[in-house]
Amino acid sequence: MLHLTDRDRAMLDGAHGPAPQLAMSILVRMADVYGAGELMDISQAHIDSTIYLGDATLEFAERLASLGARVAVPTSLNVSGVDECGWKDWAVKPEWAAKAARQMLAYEQMGAVPTWTCAPYQTHMRPVFGQQIAWGESNAISFANSVIGARTERYPDLLDICCAITGRVPAVGLHLTKNRGGQLLLRLVGVPLALQQDDQFFAVLGHLVGKLSDENIPVIDGIVVSPAEDQLKAFAAAAASSGRVALFHMVGVTPEAPTLEAAFWPRASDGGQPRQSSQGLQASDGGFCGTIIEITVADLRASRRELTTADGRELDMVILGSPHFSLAEFSLLAPLVAGHHTHTRVKFLITSSRLMKERAHETGVLDPIVAFGAQITLDTCILASPMLPPEIKTLMTNSAKYAYYAPSLLNTRVTFGSLADCVRSAIEGRVVRDESPWQSP
Amino acid sequence: MAKPMITGRVIVAGEASGEALVTHDALSFWGGYDFHTGEIIDKHHPLAGVRAGGRILAVPFSKGSSTTTAVLLEAVRAGTAPAAILTTGADAFFALASIVADVMYGKSFPVIALDADDFSSLQTGEQLQIDRSGAIHRR
Repeated sequence: MLHLTDRDRAMLDGAHGPAPQLAMSILVRMADVYGAGELMDISQAHIDSTIYLGDATLEFAERLASLGARVAVPTSLNVSGVDECGWKDWAVKPEWAAKAARQMLAYEQMGAVPTWTCAPYQTHMRPVFGQQIAWGESNAISFANSVIGARTERYPDLLDICCAITGRVPAVGLHLTKNRGGQLLLRLVGVPLALQQDDQFFAVLGHLVGKLSDENIPVIDGIVVSPAEDQLKAFAAAAASSGRVALFHMVGVTPEAPTLEAAFWPRASDGGQPRQSSQGLQASDGGFCGTIIEITVADLRASRRELTTADGRELDMVILGSPHFSLAEFSLLAPLVAGHHTHTRVKFLITSSRLMKERAHETGVLDPIVAFGAQITLDTCILASPMLPPEIKTLMTNSAKYAYYAPSLLNTRVTFGSLADCVRSAIEGRVVRDESPWQSP
Repeated sequence: MAKPMITGRVIVAGEASGEALVTHDALSFWGGYDFHTGEIIDKHHPLAGVRAGGRILAVPFSKGSSTTTAVLLEAVRAGTAPAAILTTGADAFFALASIVADVMYGKSFPVIALDADDFSSLQTGEQLQIDRSGAIHRR
């Protein structure tokens, strides 16, 4: 039974105006779905509802805006359906661009910060450990919960904005300490340091972990390297694409998993109970009783193979930046491309945010990338905006998320490879991959 | 022999009837469902290429993108959504799409959570009728 505070009820009754009333009415119905006993405050939101799909997403945004909706907490905005300044360089139709821009305007009118990025955790809107937030965008949810230790449920589009307008969420799930313990142990067995150091390792592992985790919170044990933030970003995005991972613990890496025990039993001291895994074999491991799955080099090779659907050397475009390319990634790319130029047959596109492009420009790493022949799309990505011309049939990427979705959403074939592979392929005009880290010893 | 009627937990109440389409693999509707045609398009999914619009879709839970909800809302508006969705747990994504479709267009679809055994007993192609109490009659 849902208990509402006087303020919640006033909002629901319309005392705060029609927009909070509409948002609260949806939130209250969803609180029932979640089985919440009460609502709780959040102090930040990230809105994925910005992605324009068609008339329904636009009508929903404009309905809220026309009712005078304002966000009640600091709120960042995810990618939209169009690069406002650059769409004319691509195959985007004017009607699409106009409607996607209207949807952007509607959310800006609500007082949200126009970050237009799927990597809000790499902006000034990054939350802090323990902060209660309502985030949409599967990769951002996974990153915020797991890598930062902020607390968000896996919010769907259309609900994220209702949370932002009311400043409230159902007090359930990953907002609560007791529900954040691991439920499934995924143990790397015999995965050598050299492979863990490979540029593709965390994206490939994330793709596999997403598929193995079902509805469980996975705990990954056996990482012997210290991954960079962008490697964890790639992992989170991959696991949230192939699966529904909204929170993972990586032992010795992520903040709620300093030890294996902490990853599973972190909340015993404040009353949390370890949750039972929903399926699989039960095994015992140093106090952990639950499902254990071993991950071998062979599993990782198979996972990597799944991310490639192209079967030849042809290449029309290299695409980087899902989630949006960061300053650190621009900085890694710059020395790889300096002094080279893309092959005339191959486009080289990076999707990023206005902020990151600006920073890359300021620090000087953008110049060699532009001189190389790279194009940069802002505010959106190739999956959210119908921008690729039909002659683009074969892609290459270092992003497991692009590799996962592009064949279905864009009807393209894709080759997955390292950043260096992508650069070399763009220069040679055909797919070239260094297979040595992934071959049998 | 399958039970003539199974009763699930009502997540979003409603009435529907139609042919069952059953999968045991989770689905993201963004990148997985074409709301222009009502077809499942996720090439990683066993139902890729199969039309789900107008059918009673039994899928254990949603995965992947947050935009699953928005794709389903577009599908309701376009008349290409499943007639109902049967799951194994209370899936917030499917429920929200139905609730917002009700708010925006006065058109919702039932979302019913089933016990694992009942879910497993469903067969693609069987005719189902769902009532507001969550009872699913097999024809």
